[in-house]
This record gives sequence, C-alpha cells and structure tokens, in this order.
Amino acid sequence: MRKLPLLNAETRPFWTGGEVGELRMHRCGDCTRYFHPPAPVCRHCTSLNVAPTPVSGRGRVLTFTINHQAWTAELGDPYVVAIVELEEQAGLRFLSNIVNCPPDAVEIGMPVTVVFENVEDVWIPLFEKAAA
Amino acid sequence: MGARILEKDVAIVGVGQSEVGRPSSRSAMQLTVDAALEAIADAGLAPKDIDGVCSWPGDNANGSSFSPVGPLAVLSMFGLNCNWFSGGYEAAGPLAGIMNGAMAIASGMAKNVLVFRTITESSNRLSGSKDQSLAAKSGARDGNFMWQWCTPFNVLSVVNITAMYAHSHMRAYGTTPEQLAQIALNARRNAVLNPKAVMRKPMTMDDYFASKMISTPLRMFDCDVHCDASTAIILSRKDIARDLRNPPIRIEAIGAAMNQPYLWDQVDLTANAAPDAGNAMWARTDFKPADVDTAQLYDGFSILTLLWLEGLGLCPRGGSGAFVEGGHRIALDGQLPLNTNGGQLSGGRTHGLGYVHEACAQLWGRGGERQIRDPHVAVCAAGGGPLAGSVLLVKD
Repeated sequence: MRKLPLLNAETRPFWTGGEVGELRMHRCGDCTRYFHPPAPVCRHCTSLNVAPTPVSGRGRVLTFTINHQAWTAELGDPYVVAIVELEEQAGLRFLSNIVNCPPDAVEIGMPVTVVFENVEDVWIPLFEKAAA
Repeated sequence: MGARILEKDVAIVGVGQSEVGRPSSRSAMQLTVDAALEAIADAGLAPKDIDGVCSWPGDNANGSSFSPVGPLAVLSMFGLNCNWFSGGYEAAGPLAGIMNGAMAIASGMAKNVLVFRTITESSNRLSGSKDQSLAAKSGARDGNFMWQWCTPFNVLSVVNITAMYAHSHMRAYGTTPEQLAQIALNARRNAVLNPKAVMRKPMTMDDYFASKMISTPLRMFDCDVHCDASTAIILSRKDIARDLRNPPIRIEAIGAAMNQPYLWDQVDLTANAAPDAGNAMWARTDFKPADVDTAQLYDGFSILTLLWLEGLGLCPRGGSGAFVEGGHRIALDGQLPLNTNGGQLSGGRTHGLGYVHEACAQLWGRGGERQIRDPHVAVCAAGGGPLAGSVLLVKD
C-alpha cells in the first residue's frame, strides 16, 4: 500500500498523466527547458510561461539502491529505489522504483521506460527495463 | 568583501549535555534542563544572564521525538527575560541554532544565547510509536515539500536516498565498502573511549560486514543510533566571553550557503550541498583546511561523512575513500582526528550539537581517554543531501 501524494494545481498533471498513458513534466515555454518538481515558475529562467508537457517516458537509471528493511509489514520483500534521468534533458530526473524485474538485475545506466501504477486518483510513474 | 564578518565577535563559552540514554528514563523537558543548566554553569553564568534562546529545528515537528522541546518551552520554563529567540527547521541544517544565535549576538539582539537540541527517538521507538520513520509520512496524503516525492515510491527513510549517494560515489570514484566501513569503525573505536557513548563494544571489519543490509550498499552500522539526549551550547559576545570561566572558543566562520534545490533527488548526487556550505565558510576566514586539527562531521549515515570531508576541502573531491583507507589518518593520533566521541554512529544520534559539544571538549582538553594532542582549530558540519551547514571553531 503506497502512501499517496496530496494533489494540487501544480502536481496534479504529474501524478494523473498516467490515466491517459502520459508522463508529464513541467516545461518552460520561454527557455524551453524542463524542470522538476512542478512549480508555477521556471527554475532556470524564472519565466511564468510554464506548463506540464508530455515526455517520452524513456530514461536511464542514474543511481539506485535495493531496500531490504521492512519499513511496514507490507514491505518485506526487497525493492528497488532509483533516480531516473529522462532522455529529454540532462539533469531532468526524479526518484522512482524499478519494477517488473529481479532487484539484482538493475544496473546504473540501464535504459528504462515508464509504467504507471494506479491507486485511487493517482497514477504513480514507475519504470521497467526498456525492451531491447 | 565589504561587509564585516560578524560571527568572529561571538564565542562559545560553555557546553552541557544530559545523559545520552538508549533510552533515558528522564523526560524530554528534564533532559533539556539538565543540559542547559550544565552549560550555563560551565560558562560561569546564571540562568538570568541568558537573554536569547534558540534551537534547530524547534518544535515545529509538533512535539515529535525528533524535537520534543523548542525555544518557547525553554524560555518559559526558565522564566527568562529574552531579548531574542528563534526556532525552526528551514535553515542550514542542524548547526543552524549556532549560526542564528551567533548572528543575534553579533547584531546586538542578545548578549548570552542558549542554543540547545533535544531528541528522544530512542524512547519513542521503544514505546512502539512510529512517528519518526513513518508517522509524519503515514496516515493521510503527503503534501510535504520534500516527502511527497519520496513516500509514493516507498521511500520512508532517507537511508534509501543516502544509499543512492553512496552507490553514485562508488561508481564515480571507485570508493569501496571497506573504505566506507572505516567511518563506522573509527566511530566505534572512539566510542569505546567515551563513557557517554551508547555503542561501546569494539567492532571489527568482520562485524561491520556481518551487520544487516538496510539499503544497498548501506548496512545497519552505516546508520546512526537513536538515543534520548539534550545538548546545550552557550554563546556570548566576545567582550563578555573574555571574563567568563573558560577560554573563549571563537566562531571563526559559518558556512550556510545553499546553491541547489532542497530536494533530495535533485541535489548533486556525489557531493550533496556540503561544498556549498564549505566554500562559503572558507570564504569568510583566512584559515585553510590544512589548519584544521579535528573534524566533527555529520554521520547520520557513513557516506555523508565522506561527502563532508570532500565538501570542506579536507581531501580532494572524490578522494575521501582513499583518505580514510585503513583508518589511520582519521584516528585519534592521526593527521585529522574525526568524530572523536564516536559520532552519531556509535556515540548516539544527538543530531547536530553533539559535534559542537565534542569539538569544544577537545579544544578545552576535556576529552579524557580520547583527548587529542593540543588542538586549536575544529570544524563541525552537519546535514546531508541538500541540507548542509558548517562552523569553524578556534581557541586562540
């Protein structure tokens, strides 16, 4: 049972894009760069001309860890926490999980593709190993 | 630089610490009183002389075991006439109380400031409450600026994130698990010589590698140990300090810069914010990293100590693994004695001010069996990820 995020005007597009199969990242309409987490202002150039924008959902594993500690009764099995960098822009990244493979099959640099896990009104963006 | 560097007008004049319990039978308030009264007496002051109180993070954690007592409770319970007080989490890490107190004195808001930090995570764990690891993060939906990007991915402790920093550091620089282990082994060696340390059974490399894997590559012995304790530091204006009981320990420089977003997955993965604080600190002093006689560096997780060694310029970037290799350089009789009381890994997670308390103990020659030889300059640093702050302390 994952803890769910509180959705607000800025974060809702990120957490609900999966309903239509889209990973949405905030992008600046002026400097064209992406930034995360979503906010009403561009971190790079302070433009207010920003909007959630669909991205490919493809990226690579920047770093990861295999969690062994059962923080709750339901988290007894090892799972992978990773930081994934998206292919759209160097430094465009967020923390997620790598799923659908044994934890020890994950490697730094591994190409991954987004998959969504729907819980209530949230579509949590997770990643799996990209098809060869 | 046009502005005067005001922290130099402030000195540490006394320190105090409650028992460090795992757990303690004393209440959070009682631990706080124990520490505060010891520090005030150590300075040669009386409670009525204290006209400023501050703490990081204050009680904005809503009375949780992470910070059960804040400045408002302390100034009330001692009946102080405060000219200035402050508490709050959003500052440059666990040493922020020292920084804010020093600025209050330097700007004329107060003469003698009580800086304290109380934590009761050990008794909290034993009582079965989950308020630190999970509570703020269990229950309703997460809207916390940082945690909302973590908990949906079952990251319920920053150990997962610091483990990823460790993995990145190993990948980028070839740092080895054996080198990481030296931080834990050094802490335990020193804790054996510290009567107040909570973990005093000698530890070998085999013991380290036998400890439970928590989040690869970090093991249980890479994580600090909960305790119940309060630590207090008294700051005074330089001219007042001269007439007090102890030789003043000057606050030579503060590092409080932050040039990255406060987001644990957006920060530099192999350096964190440590260089932001470190570079800012060195820019405020003529002292150099080579002048440092002892370093008391945050070890909430062992990897963070390596990042601080680099961030403060005590070794080259990427070179911390080689620097601690074998443990000789960082030992009590080494070139840079590190975490001389056992740090938080073995001494107990006093969370921030314990490093300052130990630096002062060393500078004043009170280290007992763990005393290092004639130190004059100590650096303290605390925080991990995007949270970082450092102070340089000098006893002339």
